[in-house]
Amino acid sequence: MSIDLSQFIPTFLEESFEGLELMESSLLNLKQGDDDSINAIFRAAHSIKGGAGTFGFNRVTDFTHEVETLLDEMRDGRRNITPHDTDLLLKSVDCIRLLIESARDGIECNDPQIDANFRAIQLSLNNDDVVADACSTPSDDPACAAEEERVGWLIKFVPSHEILQTGNDVLRLFIALEEFGQYTTEVDLGELPPLAELDPQECHLTWKLTLTSDCSLDDVNEVFEWVEDECQLVVTPLQASQTKANEEQGISDDVVAEAAEVIQPQASAPVISEAEKVPVQSVGSIRVGIDKVDALINRVGELVITQAMLKQIGNELNELDDDNDTLTRLREGLVQLEGNSRDLQEDVMRIRMLPINFVFNRFPRMVYDVSSKLGKQVELKLSGESTELDKTVMEKIGDPLVHLVRNSLDHGLETPDERIAAGKEPTGTVHLNAYHQGGYINIDISDDGRGLNTEKIREKALEKGLINADQSFSDQEINELIFAPGFSTADAVSDLSGRGVGMDVVRRNIESLGGHVSLSSTPGKGSIFSVSLPLTLAILDGQLISVAGQTYIVPLVSIVESIQIQQAALKGIAGQQSLYLYREQYIPLYSIRTLFDLPDKTSEFDEGMIIIVESSGHKYALLVDELKDQQQVVLKSLESNYMAVEGISGATILGNGGVALIIDIKGLNNLKKQPTSFDTSPQMLQGVCA
Amino acid sequence: MARILVVDDSASIRNMVSFTLKQQSYETVEAVDGNDGLAKAQSGRFDLVITDVNMPGMDGITLCSKLRLLPAFKFIPVLILTTESSPDLKMRGKNAGATGWLVKPFNPDKLLSTIKRVIR
Amino acid sequence: MSELSQSISEPSKQFLSFFLAGEEYAIDILKVQEIRDWSAPTIVPNSPSYIDGVVNLRGEIIPVINLRSRFSLANDPQLKNPIVIVLNVFDGKKYRLMGLFVDAFSETYDVITSKINPAPANISVIDDEFIIGLTTVDQQMIILLDADALLNSNELAPQHIENVA
Repeated sequence: MSIDLSQFIPTFLEESFEGLELMESSLLNLKQGDDDSINAIFRAAHSIKGGAGTFGFNRVTDFTHEVETLLDEMRDGRRNITPHDTDLLLKSVDCIRLLIESARDGIECNDPQIDANFRAIQLSLNNDDVVADACSTPSDDPACAAEEERVGWLIKFVPSHEILQTGNDVLRLFIALEEFGQYTTEVDLGELPPLAELDPQECHLTWKLTLTSDCSLDDVNEVFEWVEDECQLVVTPLQASQTKANEEQGISDDVVAEAAEVIQPQASAPVISEAEKVPVQSVGSIRVGIDKVDALINRVGELVITQAMLKQIGNELNELDDDNDTLTRLREGLVQLEGNSRDLQEDVMRIRMLPINFVFNRFPRMVYDVSSKLGKQVELKLSGESTELDKTVMEKIGDPLVHLVRNSLDHGLETPDERIAAGKEPTGTVHLNAYHQGGYINIDISDDGRGLNTEKIREKALEKGLINADQSFSDQEINELIFAPGFSTADAVSDLSGRGVGMDVVRRNIESLGGHVSLSSTPGKGSIFSVSLPLTLAILDGQLISVAGQTYIVPLVSIVESIQIQQAALKGIAGQQSLYLYREQYIPLYSIRTLFDLPDKTSEFDEGMIIIVESSGHKYALLVDELKDQQQVVLKSLESNYMAVEGISGATILGNGGVALIIDIKGLNNLKKQPTSFDTSPQMLQGVCA
Repeated sequence: MARILVVDDSASIRNMVSFTLKQQSYETVEAVDGNDGLAKAQSGRFDLVITDVNMPGMDGITLCSKLRLLPAFKFIPVLILTTESSPDLKMRGKNAGATGWLVKPFNPDKLLSTIKRVIR
Repeated sequence: MSELSQSISEPSKQFLSFFLAGEEYAIDILKVQEIRDWSAPTIVPNSPSYIDGVVNLRGEIIPVINLRSRFSLANDPQLKNPIVIVLNVFDGKKYRLMGLFVDAFSETYDVITSKINPAPANISVIDDEFIIGLTTVDQQMIILLDADALLNSNELAPQHIENVA
């Protein structure tokens, strides 16, 4: 019969991909004797096979069936878990994935690795000595000897008295047998109590059935599987030679007692269910389309704007009448509204937050593959996998992180021989650690390899004209040049770190998410790359400032301190006021007026506010006219209708309906085109970097 | 034709099961969790209940034991939907009075042939 | 709304017209989202000189192009009812909303397409590439402008960020 279930395919796909991920992660950690994992892997393959069968994805079904067979032998103990098989299974997971994707897209999958893999599995299956005899399951044993002559089954069915109370209907069970062939029954009334004592809710009858069919023992057992604990079931082969007379004698009660223990379909393997092994979520979950979440976030954003507008009006009313009771209550209400909005906003943003494990989980496999290819021994450590970040940020951070890890594997870690020669353990370590800090999530990628080769980088930079021979830089500054565009130390383009993708693209991608990447390295000991990303994209806490009558916003997370301008702290270079002395260190001074080319520049240094901000580990002094309110603002892109502007990360709509631009500190840097770090050495103060 | 109560918190499963059953002219009523299932069960006559195990509020096993306490449902077949054939789960189901189980991912043909063990 | 001809069966297009430095211009009404009174925009640093800034359009932040500045005309501080015409134009990838700051609103016309004539070269301070044609209404010459071309000129082209493969 054909029923159209194609509308349910998306669910099957989702479940299957999740199952494949589970198989992969379990296979990577599989050890001999780990029954739980093997069973979990088997079940995942089994589910995929079943589902694929439902939808007619025959290639998936056929392929997965072979994989399942191999896994079945492993979980039954008939096959040892060897590295060869584990590797084969991992590759099989890739194949199944490809096949499912092709099935989903409705195209033929012609990837040669699939056939090769299929053959490899069959080879593996045929090679090893399988412990069991020619018949595939132990419970078939009684039938084996009589295989050729068997024409059916003799079934003695002795239900427990309470069988009806589980809603089972004995007659219907028999009728289900009809699916396989003809049967006759013979009922035994021997146990029936006298009518006066008979409880109609109990069953006191037993039956002997003769089923003529070529079905298997499994088929018969399956019909009775629901009641196996509530009955005694003895199934023996029905020989062609047996007559009705024979079968009466053939089955005695002794056999019933014995056989009842032997013939129990596959209840033996003590499987601990997945639910007990992994932490069970005590709260349910629902899948929600991402567009609904985004719509909700926009709605909350609008609410924040409206609330800011009301707050503004509230402030204006304040000035009118201090004593009015109604106004006081209104004010209190507005304060409460602000709290509610803030809480709502936080809750809503959290909906989009997912644990970074979604990204981390691709690394074990990647490290496994790459380290094998490079002939290096690598241990991957993951920590902070449950640290959460915004879904969109997570989707975009995957590739840059992969690139950084590949970089460590390729350039950072040494081969086992090199490591031993250096007095290290032959197995190197790559550690990914995620944690929250301030309003950011930090991901540190560290390795215990050879560290960055500062000399080589310096040479390359000189070669590429990124620096001049007469300039002196700290090792840190040289190391950071690997982020400069066009820089690559790979002599040949390997397919791992090469492909023309450099660290500068990695950095740009991270920065386009509002994040930052930095590095530190110790020669011979290793390197650490630190990526930091903002937790929320759309709503930020801002400090309103005013410059030349225009209102701008500085993100509160970047602000270290705000102080009144001190004339003595100003320091000029070549006639221009460019530095500010802050806590015994000279930091760059940025005049917003100048950078944004706003009118009336003459007296800005007389009065004004200095806001000390921090970005990418560097401090800057921003010169503005006035500090105003602090408020939550909704970040709106300038690029939707206009274009990107250097020094501006976006815009927002104020309570009064006007537009305020949000300052991007890093962008200001580019506007000014000054060196990004300072010491007080004369060369540095004079020098210009590119 | 028989009337079947389908209880599952997953809309896609409910839809699939209902759809399949309706093709064979069974009548179906859907419920989204144990509590909803229990309420709907008492709203009419049913010949079979098919329920998922893991649901918010009241789970399928508990639903089964509660149904068994209702006179009208003492002998009505109750089948639980599971994603795996673990003996532990089967035992819990049995102890709660379940008639049998169906394993997901479900196969519509299998569903239809299997329920013939308990209803017409 | 004036109708130029009794025969309604001839194909026609609707235009919205405005005044700029003594000339009357018109734009395809399908591209016009709305008309707003002028309000002081927020200045955006390092913008082309003809961009006055950005304004808030019910939550959308849109740039305001000063049409006089765009074609190197001096601003007139004595305009009585200047307006901003909000246009919805396609830039090749997506739709954008942009505002055109002009002297004053005129009216909307139904123009029969056969009555649109090609414009002679240099007929206006506005470059030829932005002019679709000319038409006449009540002896008044109206220059029809190409909104997409006008707003998609180079400086406002979208930027691209390269992605890690």
